[in-house]
Order: sequence, then C-alpha cells, then structure tokens
Amino acid sequence: MRDLLAALTELRERLQEIPQADQRRLQDLKTEILGRKAGALTQMLGRLPKLDASAKQAVGAAANALKREFEAAFADRERVLKRAAGAVAGLDLSMPGRAVWRGGYHLVTQVVDEICDIFRELGFTRAVGPEAETERYNFFALNFPKDHPALDAQDSFYLGEGLLLRTHTSPVQIRTLERYPPPIRVVIPGQVYRRDPFDASHAPVFEQIEGLAVDEGISFVDFKATLATFARRFFTADTRVRFRPSFFPFTEPSAEMDVQCQMCRGAGCATCKQTGWMEILGSGMVHPAVLENGGVSSERYSGFAWGMGPARIAMTRHGIADIRLLYESDVRFLAQFAGGVR
Amino acid sequence: MIVSRRWLEALLGRPLDAREVAEQVTMHAAAVDAVVPLHQDLGDVVIGRVLEVKKHPNADRLSLCRVDAGAVAGPVDVVCGAPNVQAGKTYPYAPVGATLPGGVKLERRKIRGVESNGMLCSAKELGLGVDHAGILELDTTAPPGSRFVDVVPVADHQIVIDVPANRPDLLCHKGVARELAAVLGGTVKLPPIPGAGGAAPAGGDAALGGRRRAPSARGDVPARSAEPGVAAGPSGRVTSGVVDEVEIRLEDPEGAPRYMIAVIRGVKVAPSPAWLTARLSSIGQRPINNVVDATNYILFELNQPLHAFDLAKLNGPAVVVRRAKPGEKIVTLDGLTRTLTPDMTAICDAKRPTIIAGVMGSADSEVSAATTDLVLECAFFQPTRIRRTRRALELSSESSYRFERGIDMLGMPDALRRAIELIIAVAGGELREPPLDLWPEPQQERTIFLRPERVAHLLGVPVEPAEIERRLTSVGFFLAPKDGRLAVQVPGWRPDVTRDVDLIEEVARLKGYDAFPDELRPYRPGTVPDAPEEQARARVREGMVRVGLLEARTIPLGPADGPNSVRILNPLSAEEAHLRRRLLPGLVRRVEHNWASRNRDVRLFEVGTVFRLGAGAPEEWTSLAAVLTGARRPPHWSEGAKLPDMDIWDLKHHFELAVELAAPGCKLEPASGGESGWVAVQRGGEVVGHAGPLEGDAPVWAAPLFGLEVRLAVTGRRPVVYRPLPVQPPVELDVALVLPEGVSALRVAEVLQRAVGPLLERLEVFDEYRGPGIPAGHRSVAWHCTFRDPERTLREAEVNVALARGLAALEDELGVRRREG
Repeated sequence: MRDLLAALTELRERLQEIPQADQRRLQDLKTEILGRKAGALTQMLGRLPKLDASAKQAVGAAANALKREFEAAFADRERVLKRAAGAVAGLDLSMPGRAVWRGGYHLVTQVVDEICDIFRELGFTRAVGPEAETERYNFFALNFPKDHPALDAQDSFYLGEGLLLRTHTSPVQIRTLERYPPPIRVVIPGQVYRRDPFDASHAPVFEQIEGLAVDEGISFVDFKATLATFARRFFTADTRVRFRPSFFPFTEPSAEMDVQCQMCRGAGCATCKQTGWMEILGSGMVHPAVLENGGVSSERYSGFAWGMGPARIAMTRHGIADIRLLYESDVRFLAQFAGGVR
Repeated sequence: MIVSRRWLEALLGRPLDAREVAEQVTMHAAAVDAVVPLHQDLGDVVIGRVLEVKKHPNADRLSLCRVDAGAVAGPVDVVCGAPNVQAGKTYPYAPVGATLPGGVKLERRKIRGVESNGMLCSAKELGLGVDHAGILELDTTAPPGSRFVDVVPVADHQIVIDVPANRPDLLCHKGVARELAAVLGGTVKLPPIPGAGGAAPAGGDAALGGRRRAPSARGDVPARSAEPGVAAGPSGRVTSGVVDEVEIRLEDPEGAPRYMIAVIRGVKVAPSPAWLTARLSSIGQRPINNVVDATNYILFELNQPLHAFDLAKLNGPAVVVRRAKPGEKIVTLDGLTRTLTPDMTAICDAKRPTIIAGVMGSADSEVSAATTDLVLECAFFQPTRIRRTRRALELSSESSYRFERGIDMLGMPDALRRAIELIIAVAGGELREPPLDLWPEPQQERTIFLRPERVAHLLGVPVEPAEIERRLTSVGFFLAPKDGRLAVQVPGWRPDVTRDVDLIEEVARLKGYDAFPDELRPYRPGTVPDAPEEQARARVREGMVRVGLLEARTIPLGPADGPNSVRILNPLSAEEAHLRRRLLPGLVRRVEHNWASRNRDVRLFEVGTVFRLGAGAPEEWTSLAAVLTGARRPPHWSEGAKLPDMDIWDLKHHFELAVELAAPGCKLEPASGGESGWVAVQRGGEVVGHAGPLEGDAPVWAAPLFGLEVRLAVTGRRPVVYRPLPVQPPVELDVALVLPEGVSALRVAEVLQRAVGPLLERLEVFDEYRGPGIPAGHRSVAWHCTFRDPERTLREAEVNVALARGLAALEDELGVRRREG
C-alpha cells in the first residue's frame, strides 16, 4: 500500500507537465496516464481489488482524486490550446489561406442560363427536342423549299433514312406547335450541328437558343419590344439595338438584331469590324406556313421566333478570340469562369 | 455580291456616298459586309502637262521632260523612259514626296547624271492596269496641278453585299440601284452604251479613253410592258425554229422553260475598251475579251447570264437543248472532262454537248480570237435542275449561282437586246435576223391579293393604303384595288414574293424596321411547362459544381466507341465519323490535354447527349460523366508539400453522389466480369452507370485517373419529408470485428442491423486493420455504433443485450467475431 501511495505521489508530479504540453504531447500524456489499458493510473486502479478493505479505501480515494485532477488539468490544457489555435497574434497574416477545390459551370452554360432567365421573366419556359432530327422537322416543315440554295447555309451531317443532326433548334418550333395549343412562349436551348471544319471561328457543334411566341394578335411591335428588352437586360440598359432585314425560310418578315458593340460602345473597333454593331440573333415573325405545318391557324394566330448562339455571344462579351478554347476544357480556362481563385 | 459605287451612280444618275449606300442597303435590303475603297491611294498624283521633250544627254532610251504641274510644282525636269511621251500632252505626274500604290515614296534623285523631279506614271504604276509599256495619256482639259483622282474617275468603292438566297434581284447593279432609288428617291435608268447608236463624246470616263453620253430617256422599262419576244420570234407551243441559218430545237422545255438565241455575224474579238474593262475591274472581274466582257457586263448589270459561243465550231449548225445522255462527256472551260447524266440539261450541236446548261461551256466552243460569228444564248434554266447539276458536278459559276436562285424570265428580251447592242458596240458585227424566242408556255406576272388591314394587324401599327401602295410601287410592284383588297402584280425579278406576308415584309423593310416602336405590350402566359429534362440537367450540374468539379463541354463526334454507335454518312474526317455513345472517352482526352499543359489536378464533369443505334431513329439520352485525378484538395503550406491524391474512395463518393443526382433509387454494386469499380443498377436489374479507374496517356508525374458515368433519368423529384430530430440521448460505442476473407463490410452491417433492430440508429466504419493480432487472411474492421430509442432514454444494459444479439448473429451467419483484447 505504501508503495502504491508513493507511486501516486510520483504520478502527481506529472501534472506539472500538462500546462507545457502541445497538442501531441497532451495526447501522449493522456494515454500514458489515463489510457484504458496501459495508463499508469488505470493500472493502479486495476490493482485495488487485490488490496484489503482499509487500504482499498485509502488508495482508492487518493487514486480517484488524482484521476479527477488529471482530467481537469487535461481539460484546462485543451481549452487553452484550442483558444491558441484560433488566435492570430504573432502570425504572418499575408500567408495564403487553406483552400478547397471550387467547381464551376461552363461559360456556355452560364450564358445559356442567363439568357433563359431573362426570357423567363418575360414569360418564356424552357423546352427541348431531339438532336437527331428528321429532314421534315429540320427543313421542310420550316418552309425550306426542296433543292433551294437556302439549304446551303445549313450544311448538315446526315445519318441516313431521312435523318440528320439538327442544324438549328428551330425544329422544336414545329414540335412545340404540334404538342401545345397557343398561347406559346418558349425558349429552346440545345446543341446543333453544322458540317464546318473546327477552326478558330467555327465548331461543328455549338449551342443555340431558339425562342417562339405564338398567340392571337402578336405583332412586329411585340417582336421588336421583346428582343430589344432582352438585349438591354443582357447587356446594359442604355445599349442601342437595331433591326435590319434578313432572310430565313421560317420567318416573314425576317430580321437580324444587332446591338451596339460592347467593346467600343459603337465607335467602331476591330471586334465589330468598324461597324459599331454586333450581330446577336436572327429572327422574325413566324411564317404562316410554319404555323400551318404545326397545325395552328395562321389566320387566327401570329407569332415571332428567333435563334441565337450563346457561345458566340459569350466570346464577344468575354473577349475570347478562338471558339476551340470553349471545348478544350483546359482547367485553367474553366476556372477563370468558375469565379474561383484557383 | 460586289457592286461598284460608280456603276450605281451611272444607273441612278447622281453621286452617291459609299457609306450612305452601305447604310441604306443594310437597313432596308440586305447586309453590307464591307466597303472597300478602290484607288484612293492616288491622292498625291496630279495632272502634269509636258511642255517640252528633249533627249537625255547620257541615255538613248530616256528623255528629259519639262513638266508643268501647276501650283504643285512649277515647271520641273523629269526623266522619263516611256516611248510615248509627247510635248503638249497631259499625264499623271507624281511629284517628289508623293506616295504611290504599294507605298513607294518618290525622292528627288539623279538618273544617269541628270536630276529627276518626280515621275510621269504608267497605268501599272498607278494600280490601274497591267500596261506599263508607256505612260498613261490623259484626255482632259483640267489645269495642271489638279488632283488626278478629281479629274479621272478611277476612285471607286466596292460595296460587298451579303445577298440572301431569296433575293436574286440583288445580284446585279440594277437591282441594288432599284432599292436605293426606293429609299433615297430617284429613278433607275440604264446608262447608254458608249459607242452604240451614235453617242456623243463627253467628259467623265472619256478621260480614260472611253466614251460616255448624257443619260437618255430610254431606261428602266418595266418587264410587264415589254413584248414577250424581242421580235418576230414564234410564241405559243413552238419549240423549234431557225435563226440566221442556225437550227434551234428546244427538246427539254422543263429544263429550259424559255430559251432565246441571237446570231451575230462578223464580230472582231479583241480587248475591250477601257470603260468596259474599268467597270469589270471595279468589281474584281478579270477582263477577257470584248465579247465575253460584254456578256459579263450584262450579267452584273441586269442579272441575266448569257453565253456566247463560236458558230464556226457548231456541227449542223444547230443548237439543241436536251437532257444529256447517260455518260455523255464534255470538256469544260476549266479544262476538266465532265460526265453528264440525264438529270442535267445540255446545250448541244448536231453531234455533241457544247454547254452544260446554266453552269459552264465547253473549251472547244469557246469564243476565241479567231471567232467571227457568234451564237448568243439568253435562257431561263429551271433552278432546281441547275442546283442538282452544280452539286453533282461540284462545279459552280456566276451563272449557275444566279440560275439556282431564279432570274427574271420576263426581263430576258430586254437583257438580250441590250447585250446585242453592247456586243455590236464593242466588237462590231451585225444582227441579220431578229433573235428567236422559244417559250412554249408563256408566263405572266404573279398576282397576289393583299388585305390592307392585315398589314396593320401583323406589323402592329396603322399603315395607310396609300403608304402600302407607295412602298410597293417603289420597288416595281403594280397595285390595283379589287373587292376591298389590293391585287398586287409581282415583277419577274422577285421570285421570292409568293404570298401576302411577303408583301407585308416589303412594306416593313422599306419603311425601315427602326421606324417601328419597341415598347412591351401585355402578353398571355404560355401553356408549355418547363421541360423536365432541362430541370434534371440543371440539378445534376449544380450537384457536381457543389463538390468542386468544373463543367466541360466536348465535341460529340469521334471514332466509334463501341458496338451500335451511330455513324455519320458524310463526316468531316474518319476520326469524327461517329456520334459518341459515352461521355467518358471524350473526357479522358480532355484530361490528357490538361496533362499536356502540365495541369496535374483535373476534376471535370459533363452533362451531354449520347447516341446509340435504335430501332429506326437513333436513341439519344443525356449522360453525366466525371473524371478525377490529382490532389484531393489544394495544397497548403502548413501541411507540407504533398497532399494525398484522390483515390478509389474519392471516386466512390463522387459516384454515389452522381447516382443519387442522376439516377435516384439505383443501387451501387461492385462491378463484375473482370471490371474493376462499381456499377449502378436499376430496380429492374439494368446497369445505368459505372465507375472505376481509367487508363490515359499519362506523364510519369500524373496521379491515378478515375471516372464515372451515369445515364440521366428524367424523373420528377418527390419533396423531402421532414424526419423529427431526436430528443432522446444516444448510446454510442465502438465495435471492432474480425472478418474472414470474402465477408464484406456491407454484409456485416446488414446482418448487424437486422439482428439488432431499429435501436441501432447508425453504423459508421472508422477503421480497417490487417496485421499482428489478426489471423492470416482476416481483417479487422471497426464500427462506430449509435443506439437510440426515439421514445425514451436507453439503458446501457439494453444496448448490451441488443449488441450481443447482433454479435451472435454475425458469428452464426458470417463467422465474424469481436476482436479480442
């Protein structure tokens, strides 16, 4: 018993080590003294049952008291260390912080969502359609005459049996007209395919956003107003917009919408080829033949439609000269648009 | 289409500003891509009068001229090497300090010991032609010192118009001038042909040696008032005839609905006069000879392709318009042998094809220097026939381009008449008989009925009938009221105008789109719901971005990546001849691209369409794929240089997340059949996703690469139902178990959970150990167990009983025991 009490006294000495211990040392001390199997104090307590009653009580009381003291000391020290970890005094605060990986949406996705969100405010929902299309939906229901030069601008990848990879998102106009009654207000984002070699300004596959509004009494004024409103929201409120004649088989009148060049604010620069304008989208009033092909009376209903290339819009807005960068997936490029530090 | 400002000025009889033309054409007709100034770099060149010519004292071939350049340079000495220099004449003179085309700056220098002050210039030196044998003699009364570009009308602008496929009328100067007249005011008159019909010489172009006369009263005769034939050509169903001893047979009236032939005898083929070469050069066309240049001039003036060929080379002599025979061959002007098919129309003589109708003529019937008698063809060829021929032969020409888009069938006689006049003016010869006009089924202008109220309805602003009439008339439509509607006659040059809405577009564009207001008006909400596919894609993207992945977009074309891949019939290259079946191969290529740029840490995902052969149309669906390689998180200085790289467990977590996002309800199972990694299995047993290590073309420093791909299920999401947070305290304890080989942690957890029952709230692996203390072939796995009764406080004894039940079941069923000690 005596040597047990002496051992306890000796063990008590070690309390003094605790206030100096760092996190690691503290953990070691805890194991050494209070460890569940080999802890010095634990083993001592384990020998208690072999002692006679009086010794058991004396040693037991002392050992348990010491155990509480150790526990309190360990807890104190842990609190101190935890506080120290949160303290900044004496640190070089210019050292880099600890990061986590940041994810990010592809720039084209960001622009598509931004555009669709603006149109959502104007009452347009999102619709989709297949990428492998029939010639009927891709061309003929859209009023493309057979064997007409208008088809030349739509050089296509053919899959056989009257199927091709859609050259624009416009086939979804017909699919939507066939499926839903007016009023219709949809935007249709999706991938389209053109048989163009992959170079700095052409990709064989790119994103397009189609739009379609059909109802009674929709006029050229509604058409201009909706797209001009979009342009002023997407760019800036004071951006100037112009509409000029164009030709698409599925719209009549057809128009091209230009916005003031965002680089030079209309003064003329290399980006806008000195014109002061950037071509943003092709558009027009829905051709009556398209309404009829979609099973909608062109006498009762009218509408407008447009198509635009978010990749190209992104390139002009963000100063990207080569479209291939969008598809190379270099993480340094992607991270620039993820809003992250790395 | 390139048009020349000067040419337009000649048609409109007024000066034009090229920028203004570009603006007006863009805003009312078709986009102008560019305005290119021509010969504006001659600003330093002035008119110089040679006062005196002496022989150069030290050189036989040089002369020493005394040149008066007015205020620019008083009489100065200029050394000149041209044989044609004469005292008293005027020439372009570039003084010392002048910059010539090509950027050469003239300096005062000695030539063979005599100082020369500037230069008298040849056409070539001024960029005006190829002639450099002599200096350019000017026919002008302008005083010496006047700017050359002010006196000689060479300065021009090319206006490059992007003519849409529906506006063939804009493929010629007259058509563009018509549009300008409509928006700027004025009328279009064809300028008289210099040298034809006793023209009087006058200034302007004459200074370049050409002749020009004041605009005559004869001008833009509307086609509808023109006679259907030039002269006594037979009409009705006649399909053959003879003109000036040449037999003409129209055997393919479907391919050539209207066919006109003139025979001109006694021409002299030679270089064109300067005014004609200048016109053609101004739009980038190379002058060839007077006959060919004349036909080209009419093409670019009136949009009527013409073909002149050598009568002497015709067998018969006959001109037969027929479908080509199978395998019939022709050597075209470009020297290539072409094989024809019966889908093509050929112009033949009595024996063989001489022209591929509307596309290109043969080399051996071409007009040459020896040609004296011409057959001049003026035709309308059926547009789709020409288009198919052009595509089949991969042979395009200015003519085929126009025939494909449709020319003015009613304007042909006027065009032919003017062509004959022009050829005779520039090449001589005579027309002994009127041209023959074969037109078996004569057509008239199309008439369209337009309701004026429909115009306002579609355009959204009131438009007065008077304005409708004024706008449409200005570009050649003819209107007459009929039964409360307008009967509108469409001119022959507007094949695109076929219904009322086309006329409404005419009104809108001539008024100017900018003239319409653009304030938002009320609208009714639509009936189309958001596409669930789009919502699903958005959800998946968001989930992937949240865990630190960057979204990639790759090209869906590549080599075949497995069975049933969809083939493209006309790929750009063999490497891109198939549609992807999976996203992962493309993403691995992207990782390799990143490795090549020394990017070691790459975490990409893509949400994209994949394709597979189906019954009938290809099946397509959206796939989600991700690739992971490199450090688990960005390194930090406080943690030393090296952080752990992502491993198979990082992959598993991403896969679980991807499956939960893209294919909720699917189970993860270890892959079988030699594959490593996991698969995601649907309730029905179908595998819809997989994940595992991947191989790539990796540099030595690259970390292991992992990938996953899951088919996106388009399902509605059920809302999350709230589970009450526990209020009773848990009992927590750690259990280390020894697992024999082949027993999975998942199996252990399942048995334990089942045997213990709902009191076991949560099981969490926190350690795995192999080594001393564990029997060979076994491993120890430690779980952190949380027990809880939602209703009351658990007692430790209850937990021990429940755990004992679980341990007994484990030993019983799996031979798993609690680790000793």
